[in-house]
Amino acid sequence: MSTSPDKDLGKVQLVDLYRQMRLIREFERESERQYTRGNIRGFLHVYSGEEAIAVGAMSTLTPEDYIVTHYRDHGQALARGISANEAMAELFGKSTGCSGGKGGSMHLFDAAKNFMGGYAIVGGQLPIATGLALASQYRDEKRVTLCFMGDGAINEGEFHESMNLASIWDLPIIFFCENNLYGMGAPASTTLHMYKEIYKMADAFGMASYQVDGNDVLAVRELMLKATDHVRSGKGPLFIEAHTYRLRGHSVADPADYRPDEEVKYWEGLDPLPRYQEWLIGEGLISEEEIDEINSSVDDEIVAAAEFAGNSPFPVPEDLYKGVYNE
Amino acid sequence: MSVITYREAVSQALKEALDEDERTFLIGEDIGPYGGAFAVTKGFWDEYGKRRIKDSPLSESAFTGAGIGAAMAGLRPIVELMTINFSLLAADQIVNHAAKIRYMSNGQFTAPLIVRTVTGGGAGVASTHSQCFEGWYASVPGLQVVVPSTPRDVLGLFRSCRDLEDPVLFVEHILLYGTRGEVPDTSEKIPIGLADVKRSGNDISIISYSRMVQVSEAAAELLSQDGIDAEVIDLRCLRPLDIPTLVESAKKTHNVLVVEEAPQLGGFAGEIVANVQQEAFDYLDAPVGRIAGEEVPIPYSYPLEQMSIPDPERVAQAARNILER
Repeated sequence: MSTSPDKDLGKVQLVDLYRQMRLIREFERESERQYTRGNIRGFLHVYSGEEAIAVGAMSTLTPEDYIVTHYRDHGQALARGISANEAMAELFGKSTGCSGGKGGSMHLFDAAKNFMGGYAIVGGQLPIATGLALASQYRDEKRVTLCFMGDGAINEGEFHESMNLASIWDLPIIFFCENNLYGMGAPASTTLHMYKEIYKMADAFGMASYQVDGNDVLAVRELMLKATDHVRSGKGPLFIEAHTYRLRGHSVADPADYRPDEEVKYWEGLDPLPRYQEWLIGEGLISEEEIDEINSSVDDEIVAAAEFAGNSPFPVPEDLYKGVYNE
Repeated sequence: MSVITYREAVSQALKEALDEDERTFLIGEDIGPYGGAFAVTKGFWDEYGKRRIKDSPLSESAFTGAGIGAAMAGLRPIVELMTINFSLLAADQIVNHAAKIRYMSNGQFTAPLIVRTVTGGGAGVASTHSQCFEGWYASVPGLQVVVPSTPRDVLGLFRSCRDLEDPVLFVEHILLYGTRGEVPDTSEKIPIGLADVKRSGNDISIISYSRMVQVSEAAAELLSQDGIDAEVIDLRCLRPLDIPTLVESAKKTHNVLVVEEAPQLGGFAGEIVANVQQEAFDYLDAPVGRIAGEEVPIPYSYPLEQMSIPDPERVAQAARNILER
């Protein structure tokens, strides 16, 4: 790990970061299983391999802060505290899901947690996040908006438009790019000139920007602490690029055979979970037995979530017309 | 009663929104010191300042989406898209996001914003600046599409739009800004989704909206010279759509003509025709007629441009044809 232990965090919190990452990893394993069983429909984009970003970033936010994200949103939802039950039920299209079964995997929402949603039109979430930050500024609040995007979104006009608006109006927003090197099947090296240094693009907007190892949960957390301080103290927007990698394909339907084996192996060696686990053990913060206990409690939680989702009712026919407009 | 222009009505509606609701701000291109492309926000910059008047760069998607985000956060933004042609650059935000957020979030979030924009041809600005896309937007569940034709409707409908908890596209017409009309001195609200019988008649119902209401009224005058008593109906809203008023009129006059400025193929007039024929088929003396824009990009040159947009004589002739059948 690249960082020293976070001064703000005690052992319990440091261990909890591991648990959250493990929960996301196992949630995704289970969701892939349920997909192959036909319990989950449509697209399923898992977050496996990127857990350190959601967990590290979310650990620095307050309950008031707004989170906006993309379609690969399970990890962020869980890291923000949406229960595995509600998230899995949403994937199943059940009425107990966090979007009542209306949104599915790509569109998780939770108003109580200011989780403002997963947005599945690439780049479409950036203008909305900019507006949330504008509202905070308008009301003179100390709230931060954290807006996630992938490297694919950088090529959308909405990225450039939103970066510019946030910059000229000094909006309290953190744009967080998860650079996993692929936009669906296209390597970023073929689609974006600045693909290894996306953070430098923020220079064009006069925006502070940083690059971080996105597979290092403490590094992400450390940078986000700096970023939230910057934004909350009224210094305007900030851009973060985190390098990471999808351990799975774009979606469950994608075997990702376009990726070179050596590249996959390299990134498997940087898997954020074993890295953090080893660090915790090395620092004497946790024992192998305690790790086993956590893993087994996470397994139980995931089994329970799948059962909850399976046993939950589908929305009733009347729900079809509910919520198109105010009633 | 007083007489004001359509432009003044829009300005007044916006001022009321700013004065009465601290949650409201305006956002759009050149709405600040410039005063708006159609001078609707003239003087607003000095009166309300940059906090309430967000003079935005040319970023239709970003500032429309910013309106959505601010609305989700509890504010009541009013977005100005300079013309409906430019709305295509913000269509992702309007169609994929504003219209969906309530439903997809299972009612947890809403986007109560008003997106004002300007439709229509006839101003000599050629094909990319003369289109009428409001019918497209009317096909999207989750949106509401309001198309006022008079100063009174602008004020009354806008006040009602402000009470809605969902996104509205408020579509003004480029050639109507200079037109005048009476407005009541009260803070009248006109309900969303109610068509207006502009002129009562017994021989044929002419159904239209926005500037085509004026054209239809002028056609009705021409028809009256032939002894034909035309009824003119203004839809005022495309979604929700007031079908009962149209059907009732069709049952009374037994003849119906729909007038639309957009091209006919795939146009909104087809929706009216289908509804009227389905609900009033047994009452009709002739198939429901349609007059629409020509199937061409609107040309610049004046005589060609005029040929491409329905005018009173064409509408009157279509009505005569229906009645002579």
